[in-house]
Amino acid sequence: MGSNMAENHPVGFRWPMKAKERGATLIHVDPRFSRTSAVADLYVPIRPGSDIAFLGGLINYVLTHDKWFKEYVLAYTNASALVSDDYVDAEDNGGLFSGYDPKSSSYDNASWAYAGPAQEAKEDASAHSGHGMEGTSPAKHGPARDETLQHPRSVFQILKRHYARYTPEMVERVCSTPPSLFLQVAEVLTRNSGRERTSAICYAVGWTQQSYGAQIIRAAGILQLLLGNIGRPGGGIMALRGHASIQGSTDVPTLFDLLPGYLPHPAAFKGDDTLERYMRESAVRGGYWSNLPKFMVSLLKAWYGDAATSENEFGYQWIPKLTGDHSHVSTSAAMADGKVKGFVVFGQNPANGSPHSGLQRRALTQLDWMVAIDLYETETAAFWYAAPEGWRPADIKTEVFLLPTAGPPEKEGTFTNTQRLLQFHDKAVDPPGDARSDLWYVYHLGRRLKDLYRGSTNPRDQGLLNLTWDYLPERPDPEWRIKDEPSDEKVLMEVNGYTVAERKQVPDFEQLKADGSTACGVWIYSGVFPGPGKNMARRRSRTPDNDVEPEWGFAWPGNRRILYNRASADPAGRPWSERKKYVWWDAAAGKWTGKDIPDFPVKKAPATPAKQRGSGIDLHSGSDPFTLKADGRGWLFAPSGLKDGPLPTHYEPLESPVLNALYERQDSPVAKRFSRKDNAISPPGDPRYPYIVTTYRVTEQYTSGVMSRWNGWLSELMPEMFAEISPELAAEKGIANLDWITVSTPRNQIECKALVTRRIRPFPHNGKLIHEVGLPYHWGYKGLVKGAMANDLIALSEEPNVYIQEDKALTCNIRKGRLR
Amino acid sequence: MAVERKGGLRPGMLSRLGMAPQPMSRESVEKKPRIRDADKAVPSVCPYCAVGCSQLVYVKDRRIIDIEGNPESPINEGTLCPKGASTYQYLVNPNRLTTVRYRAPLSDHWEDRPLDWAMDRIARLIKETRDASFVERTPDGKLVNQTTAMATLGGATMDIEENYLIKKLFSGGLGVVSIENQARI
Repeated sequence: MGSNMAENHPVGFRWPMKAKERGATLIHVDPRFSRTSAVADLYVPIRPGSDIAFLGGLINYVLTHDKWFKEYVLAYTNASALVSDDYVDAEDNGGLFSGYDPKSSSYDNASWAYAGPAQEAKEDASAHSGHGMEGTSPAKHGPARDETLQHPRSVFQILKRHYARYTPEMVERVCSTPPSLFLQVAEVLTRNSGRERTSAICYAVGWTQQSYGAQIIRAAGILQLLLGNIGRPGGGIMALRGHASIQGSTDVPTLFDLLPGYLPHPAAFKGDDTLERYMRESAVRGGYWSNLPKFMVSLLKAWYGDAATSENEFGYQWIPKLTGDHSHVSTSAAMADGKVKGFVVFGQNPANGSPHSGLQRRALTQLDWMVAIDLYETETAAFWYAAPEGWRPADIKTEVFLLPTAGPPEKEGTFTNTQRLLQFHDKAVDPPGDARSDLWYVYHLGRRLKDLYRGSTNPRDQGLLNLTWDYLPERPDPEWRIKDEPSDEKVLMEVNGYTVAERKQVPDFEQLKADGSTACGVWIYSGVFPGPGKNMARRRSRTPDNDVEPEWGFAWPGNRRILYNRASADPAGRPWSERKKYVWWDAAAGKWTGKDIPDFPVKKAPATPAKQRGSGIDLHSGSDPFTLKADGRGWLFAPSGLKDGPLPTHYEPLESPVLNALYERQDSPVAKRFSRKDNAISPPGDPRYPYIVTTYRVTEQYTSGVMSRWNGWLSELMPEMFAEISPELAAEKGIANLDWITVSTPRNQIECKALVTRRIRPFPHNGKLIHEVGLPYHWGYKGLVKGAMANDLIALSEEPNVYIQEDKALTCNIRKGRLR
Repeated sequence: MAVERKGGLRPGMLSRLGMAPQPMSRESVEKKPRIRDADKAVPSVCPYCAVGCSQLVYVKDRRIIDIEGNPESPINEGTLCPKGASTYQYLVNPNRLTTVRYRAPLSDHWEDRPLDWAMDRIARLIKETRDASFVERTPDGKLVNQTTAMATLGGATMDIEENYLIKKLFSGGLGVVSIENQARI
């Protein structure tokens, strides 16, 4: 669901196809019939934006047909936990949970906590945000439980009530999915889950680019926990990410709300005034996140070296504090308003690839200066003379630098793929001419800036002056022409971490300390470079007798290939079945063993009771597999950590042709809408924009086209922008295949050729048909092949937890003919 | 019997292997793979999607002559998709930038500039913007040490080491808060 894997991850898709050859059933639930649908056993249509209704329907099916994996659910999830008396479910409140404040469009989530005396939940993590932040929530580690699951305030009963109306009939009404097809999915999935079998769910940006994207993934998480499909071979929820190291740039990260390894970025509005307060607010007593102070202090030691001391909070105040939402979309809005003066763009193309790209281009005209670093001239670099707006260069003050960069075989470095696997690429040749690696650019900019600030005694400059910045190799490699290239492996060694006194590489993150005696750039990557010359990401050895190939590259954390794999054994530590044997307790040896590194304390016996005092995973028993969670359990109900509700709930997209059939509340009550003149959003059912518009990629092009439209082979394969529409819509509008059409939203309009195809099938809804327009977004005004930009049509908006825009389900209109 | 690998297929070779002789054009006889005379094959990773297919970069005389899938990889077993298979043209391409391009304010054209000049100029602009916009404390007295007048964007197609240094320099060194990349999109 939410992914066209055959089209966008073709080589990864070989593996589902191999599974199919061996008897697996492949189901594709998607708004378009695509290359993936064509080879699936079952194609199931779904209206864009209705994924939670569909998944909620499956959850309801599992619960009402008693198909849940009882031993797994009882032992490994929070099904038995009791929730606060103050909690009011969206079912009883028109689609809103308790704690909603309409003035600020936000929730106070205090009432979503587990029941019990006021506990650590006082230290509310609701202000924490971003990828992975649910892990740092301070939910109580040992809630009151009802193991019979009968208590009306137990998570299990709340879950049952929440999804009771998500029936096959409701799924049909909301998703336009025929009940017979929906039931087939439910039957296949439940039949294929349990002790002997597991099922996996794959998704991509079809889920994340919605105004409730995180909740769609949560819904899949609930379903997979109920079916016992997490932490087990063949199970899981797989994010199919779209760029070579987009997982790496999330882990490391270049994201505003995170520090490396999913540590929350300190924020003034969270009261992170001092390092001590930050660590107290962010660390959790129960679970592995109790170690956060070790990771944070080690990061500060890696950044500021000897200047980071316990007297100066290890340099904590040199890290800027957030004062609000500094995400890409928010920054673009601020840039359009003239509030941003300088912009450095590394291998990205917002003038074409970001939502509301017309606004993005206008924002670039407001800058004093911009640096774009790429292999080719991008739309972003060329906005001042080539944008479709036709501006006069003489009216644009922006000073623009376009720096030539190196491709992967022209430098050393590491990519993290979509399976958390770090793979090193070697250098084959020097980059051409003045092209340099991005590492070179950042390193030498840093060196120059340190020179410019040298001698400053201003406190604000001391972070930069103290930044450890020693990356040149001992002696340059004689093989290469570029002699001042920084050593990539030196950076990777800092990422791994070392002891400060002996400068010895640490073997893993278990060795990190909070007293300043260790330094580590990215704690979750610790172990990738455990000793001089031991670059684990560069390993390329096969292990024929082990499917997970533990000696190819390095998977974080600690080379574990399946996370939470303790759950692949039963509470007593025995494999759930011989067929699905993966990690188990070896009583004779007194340790966990198996095909993977156990994602659990290796000597903690299954019968170990949870401690009542202390902190960390000692507060978990030997049968609590979810070590990052405060209570060690998989969360069916999320008592904290999310900004838009503890349970996934169906809302309509911000723009929708229909009203919400399930709730009075139409759309996400907390999604950010950017109400501004240049960002109009159509109201529900707006007759001016009656059709759904969705965007996507094709195999032969790549994102905004910088890496594919300068390439003759790829440009020939997929030369031109098009809009896919159904024969029904084409007939209604008098449009023939290959006619020019104009697609419009309140933001902008574009022209392209119509591709009339049965791949697009209208959605029956209340006796009418809802039409859909499909747009790839690869073209622009530079490159060998050019064309209209689908992102011109998209609105600025933000999902509330991870700040991603909605562009998989909006509304538009079309007409026959060109723009002018 | 070992097949002589050098020089491609030769008439009679197949019959010596016990297979029926086939008629062969001169062209077929003389054809040989592009990579036959490569000096080395350097392991790399595909720059496109996140599947992480391994590649072999064939180099001759310090130039890339071809890029193919690495058969050793458990991920792709030597295969590549159309994009991955075109990586050669992504790198070896007359349209690539090889010089610094500069556009002065209000100017209507690009000009080439020396790399050192551009680096110095960019470092000065970063310093000017930072110094003019830096906020030590909010109006209510909270220490924030930040600037919102500068932003960085990228890069999900770049190495983790590069992302690490971007975050370290621009956040930990300069106090920039809007540091973002494609993962947000």
